[in-house]
Amino acid sequence: MSTRNTATVLAARDDARARGGTTSDWMPHLPASSSPHPPAGVDPALLTWAETVAPGGYTSRVLARGTRLRLSDVTGDACAHVLLFSAVAPWERLNVADTQKIPWQAYLGEGHPLLSGDGRVLATVVADTSGRHDAFCGTSSDAWNERRYGDAAPQGPSPSGRGLFTLAAAKQGLEPRDLPPSVSFFQGVRVEADGGFRWLGSAGPAEVDLLAELPLTVLVANTAHPLDPRPRFTVGPLRVHAWRSTPTSAADERFTRTPELHRAYLNTLDHAEARGL
Amino acid sequence: MTTTDSTTLDRGSPLVPGEVVLDERVAPRAPWSAVVRAGHVLTIVDVGGNQSADCLLFADADRSERYSVPDTLAWQGNAYVRTGTVLRSQFGTPLATVVADEVGRQDTIGGACGKESNTLRYGHHTAHQHGCRENFLAEGARHGLSARDLVSNLNWFMNVPVEPDGSLGIVDGISGPGKRVAFRAEVDLLVVVSNCPQVNNPCNDFDPTPLRMLVTTPAGGSR
Repeated sequence: MSTRNTATVLAARDDARARGGTTSDWMPHLPASSSPHPPAGVDPALLTWAETVAPGGYTSRVLARGTRLRLSDVTGDACAHVLLFSAVAPWERLNVADTQKIPWQAYLGEGHPLLSGDGRVLATVVADTSGRHDAFCGTSSDAWNERRYGDAAPQGPSPSGRGLFTLAAAKQGLEPRDLPPSVSFFQGVRVEADGGFRWLGSAGPAEVDLLAELPLTVLVANTAHPLDPRPRFTVGPLRVHAWRSTPTSAADERFTRTPELHRAYLNTLDHAEARGL
Repeated sequence: MTTTDSTTLDRGSPLVPGEVVLDERVAPRAPWSAVVRAGHVLTIVDVGGNQSADCLLFADADRSERYSVPDTLAWQGNAYVRTGTVLRSQFGTPLATVVADEVGRQDTIGGACGKESNTLRYGHHTAHQHGCRENFLAEGARHGLSARDLVSNLNWFMNVPVEPDGSLGIVDGISGPGKRVAFRAEVDLLVVVSNCPQVNNPCNDFDPTPLRMLVTTPAGGSR
C-alpha cells in the first residue's frame, strides 16, 4: 500500500508533479545543450540531441542533413544496432550488402560509407575509436533471444533487437516490412578463412561518429550482439549526442578518397541539390 | 547481351531424385518466380557456368516474412552458404534447407546489382544497364511486392571471398556448366530469382547465360 496521497485528482496531480526534475541514468536531456556530458570541443549550443539509451533500450530520431551523430559506449558493454532511412523517402534505406560490397571492405571503420540501395551515401563513419563493429550478423530475433536468454520481450530483461527496432520503426511511421538487415557498433566480429565467425567483442569504452549526408530517420537498438558468448544478457548504456555540422563536400579529403566514394558522394550531392535539401 | 557461341551449355537434371513438377528455363538477364511448396526441392542449374542466380525467398502465407542474410549467417556462425545451411527468415524461422551443392560454397554477402549501385562500382556510363534490383522490382510487383520488400539476397553460383583484413569482392566463379544447387522448401515459399544481367564483373564471366529451374517432389512422396 502506497504512502502517497493520491486519493483525489488534486492530490494525484501534486504527486505526479512532484516527480518532475527527477533524473535517471538513461534519459533524454532537454534542451540538448543541457547534456551533462557534452562532447569535448563541441559548442553545446549546437547540440540537437542528447540522450542516454538504457541497456536493452531503443530510440529513434529524424536528423537534418549535415548532422553529426556521436554514439558513445560508456562502459564497453554497449552494442548499438543501427538502421538508417532517408527521411524524405523511407523506401531508400540502409543496404548492408552495398555497404560492404561497394567499398570492397566488410569491416566498418573511419571513412566507411553507410550506403542506401539507391547509389547514395546515407551517412559516413567520420570517427571511430573502437574498430570493433559488425555488418554480418544483424540484430537478434525473438527466437534467438528466447533460446539464448529465455526471454525476448521488449519489456523483459533481454529484449531482441528486432523487437526494439519494430517499436522504434513504429514511432517513425514505419512497419516491420520496412526493416532491412542492420549494422552494429562496438562489438566486433571477424570472418575466418573457412567463413566461420570469430567473436572479438568490445574494445572497451569508445565512440563512433556518423555524419548524416541526407536527412535521416535513425533507429537505434541497444541490445546484446547475437554472437555475444556471455551466458547472461550483458549490455551497457549507450550515450547519444548529435550536433549541427556540414555534410561531406568536395572540399573534404574523403570526397575523392576512392573512385566508388567519389561517385557515391556525387550522386548524393546531385540528389540533395535537386530536392533542395 | 547474348550468349556467345563458345559457351558450353549443360541443362542438367534434378539434383535430388523425385518427380519433376516444374521445369522452366530462365533466359539470360531475365527474372523468374514460382511458389515452391513445403517439402518440394528446387534444383537450380547453372546451364552455362559462372552465372549468378540472385534469389529472394518469401513465406507464401505471409510475405512480410522473408529471407534474412544476418539471421541465416548468425544462426550457423559462418559467412558462407553450403550444403546443410538453413535459410532463415528475419524471425529465425527456417524457410529452406540447402540439400545439395555441386559448387561447394555459395554467396549471400554480395547482394544484388542495380542501376544505381552500378554507377558507384563502374561509373555513370553503366546507368542505362539492366540490373538484378530492376528484375526483383519487376518480378516482385507481379506478386504485390515493392522496394520495401527487397532485402539482401542469396547469390547462387557467385563467389565472394572475405580476406583476413575484411577485403571482399566478387571474383571469378567456382561454378561451371551444368553445376547445380538444390534446396528444400520448409514452408510454402515464393522464390524470386534474377538471372543476373551484370556484365561489368566476373559474377557471370561477363556473359549472362540461362538457368534451368527444376522443382521436384522427392521420391517416396511428400507433403
